[in-house]
Amino acid sequence: MTSPQIEIQLIAVVVAIACAIPGVFLVLRKMALISDAISHSILPGIVIGFFITHDLNSPLLIFLAALTGVITVILVEAIQKTGLVKEDTAIGLVFPVLFSIGVIMIAKNANDVHLDVDAVLLGELAFAPFDRLMMFGADVGPKSLWVMGVILMVIVLLLIMFYKELKVSTFDIGLSSALGFSPVILHYGLMSISSITVVGAFDAVGAILVVAFMIAPAATAYLLTSDLKKMLWLSICFGVISAISGYWLAHLLDASISGSMTTVLGIIFLGTYLFAPNKGYFSVLYRQRQQRIEVSLLAFLLHLNNHTEENERHVNHLNEHINWQKVQSKTVLELAQKNNMILINDDIVSLTEKGEDFTNLAIEYIITNKDDKIEHMKDDFFLFRG
Amino acid sequence: MTISEYFELLFTDYTLGTITLGTAVLGAICGMLGSFAVLRKQSLLGDAISHAALPGIAIAFLITGTKDTNILLLGALVSGLIGTFWIRGMTHKTHLKSDTALGLVLSLFFGFGMLLLTFIQKQPNANQAGLDKYLFGQAATLVKSDVVLMIIVTSICLFVLLLFWKEFKILLFDADYTKTLGFNTKFIDILITFFIVLAIVLGLQTVGVVLMSAMLLAPAAAARQWTNKLSVMIFLAAILGAFAGVFGTAISASQNNLSTGPVIVLVAAVFVTFSFVFSPSRGLLFRQIRFLKNRRDLELKKTLQFMYGIAKTHENISHPHAIRILNNFHGFTRKTLQKLEHNGWIKVSNQQWSLTNEGFIEAENLYNQLLEND
Repeated sequence: MTSPQIEIQLIAVVVAIACAIPGVFLVLRKMALISDAISHSILPGIVIGFFITHDLNSPLLIFLAALTGVITVILVEAIQKTGLVKEDTAIGLVFPVLFSIGVIMIAKNANDVHLDVDAVLLGELAFAPFDRLMMFGADVGPKSLWVMGVILMVIVLLLIMFYKELKVSTFDIGLSSALGFSPVILHYGLMSISSITVVGAFDAVGAILVVAFMIAPAATAYLLTSDLKKMLWLSICFGVISAISGYWLAHLLDASISGSMTTVLGIIFLGTYLFAPNKGYFSVLYRQRQQRIEVSLLAFLLHLNNHTEENERHVNHLNEHINWQKVQSKTVLELAQKNNMILINDDIVSLTEKGEDFTNLAIEYIITNKDDKIEHMKDDFFLFRG
Repeated sequence: MTISEYFELLFTDYTLGTITLGTAVLGAICGMLGSFAVLRKQSLLGDAISHAALPGIAIAFLITGTKDTNILLLGALVSGLIGTFWIRGMTHKTHLKSDTALGLVLSLFFGFGMLLLTFIQKQPNANQAGLDKYLFGQAATLVKSDVVLMIIVTSICLFVLLLFWKEFKILLFDADYTKTLGFNTKFIDILITFFIVLAIVLGLQTVGVVLMSAMLLAPAAAARQWTNKLSVMIFLAAILGAFAGVFGTAISASQNNLSTGPVIVLVAAVFVTFSFVFSPSRGLLFRQIRFLKNRRDLELKKTLQFMYGIAKTHENISHPHAIRILNNFHGFTRKTLQKLEHNGWIKVSNQQWSLTNEGFIEAENLYNQLLEND
């Protein structure tokens, strides 16, 4: 590995961590799309900053751009407060307008500025090591590494200092204001931090892919855990893994580094989305199927309990009476039999003692509609455990 | 070129005519379908899908190796639809919220698209230049066949809209009721989503990935302020969209170095701002005026009630009282006094007021809700 390679990966890792931390809170607060809006609407701030400083990494530019980000949030909230349109419409209106202003400003001054919309939107990590920071005449490393490093340190510091406040205000706004933490200050604090992170990261990974680094690791982690601390650690891990493996994928394909890092993020998310225990697609599908069968079984037993006539309890009759498909009727019958709830004599189904107990409990639950009854029932009769 | 020159050239210059027609048709179809997106609370779908279309364009190019607009748009349509259904799957099957799902599809698809685009750039196929025009959109690249395609899609869309008008409308406002009536809600839902995705994909070439969401939302959000009727809203949104397209093209053509997409978006934004402020029923200006009027009305009535409280204690209700005693009462001004006199509720003479009979009755029934308010 050459030294620029190490530096690129280092920058990518720092960006990934710096994005993952605010990203977790954005995802939990259902504000994920604000990060998208900010990442686009900082453009006019960047352009103005660039007119003044002619340096994409100067603190003034970052400050101005972050300010535009916060203005975006304020504008969105102001429009939303008028009640004329919904929040998502407000977001969808504000950021393209600000972005357009930025594009027009660049186009109008194209002759004086070496700033490209492509560069802002897409970024190029491969060039990052060439922009060195000189301190006291000595080369101390790439500029963007220093910028992102400082931002990351501030984020970590703020996270440690305000962890409790952030946690409370994320999950229970009412409680947090009752405890005296102003949700407004925390909200705008988080928004400012997100803006600064987006601005700091945009010239390394590009404005759109910053969004991927903010949302994807957090969303992946959210599918795996419901513990905030674990979620933070997991999303940092996912971010770092995809930053490093994304770099090598890009190396292999000779393609955009940020694009391949996002692709790795996407693959990780897709895998988790499909296979995550409890919350993944397949396990949800499985659970829903199980629940459907449980309900069917219950309906079936109640039906048996209601009818003493033999013709109502004939196996073939059940098909038409409860309007089930053949396969489903068979599964339910077998399940009930396996649980010793029914007896089948000459195709006539009757409840066993256990089945009757179960049905009575179920009726009691239906009448009282108290959750503790059904919990109790589940303990008594393990439907799927024989 | 000035704007008046532009309009003179519009009918003679072939390129300018094509571009203007293209942006106008695009604005109309976006306004039409954007109305559904806004009302269905899918406003940001436009943003997500326009980004999600990128890998489709790249893959279509990788497979066919040609830059035929129709094939690329087909690729964009397919990957846009995959994105849409993944968003739906995520919000239905997991506990991730729709904003996270939208953001994920947006950024992950776009990142993958970037990977493919840069991969294509390294290929020895000389044809690939200009694929990235889809990123930022260039109305100038519109040719006649593109515009014809847009017109065909718009007419199909209009036809389907009229054919399923009742179903779309009822699904929009009461999905549960639609289901109980026996309509296939899934089919209607997919149909309308399909057309929204189609409109987004069509617009990519003209306004680009980033600005597509505004193209979809702005005309609809503006139209929404003027009416509460779906048909009127869709019609208005289509007209506003078309105007935004024409004006945007005109302004960008009349200046140097102005790309069409951002200008169209800014024109549409002006429409939205105007509608937000000046719409008679919902607009901020008239709302503020109504608010002030109501407050004045309330203060007037408060003063009347206060007078009533004083007059009640006297045998003769028209017994005159000094204006002075009203002075420290909140809500009283010289104007309210004039207004009260104008209404015939009080009489004012030499620094004294007295309640009239009508005024007394009015004040008596002020808080009587059983009485019809005029």
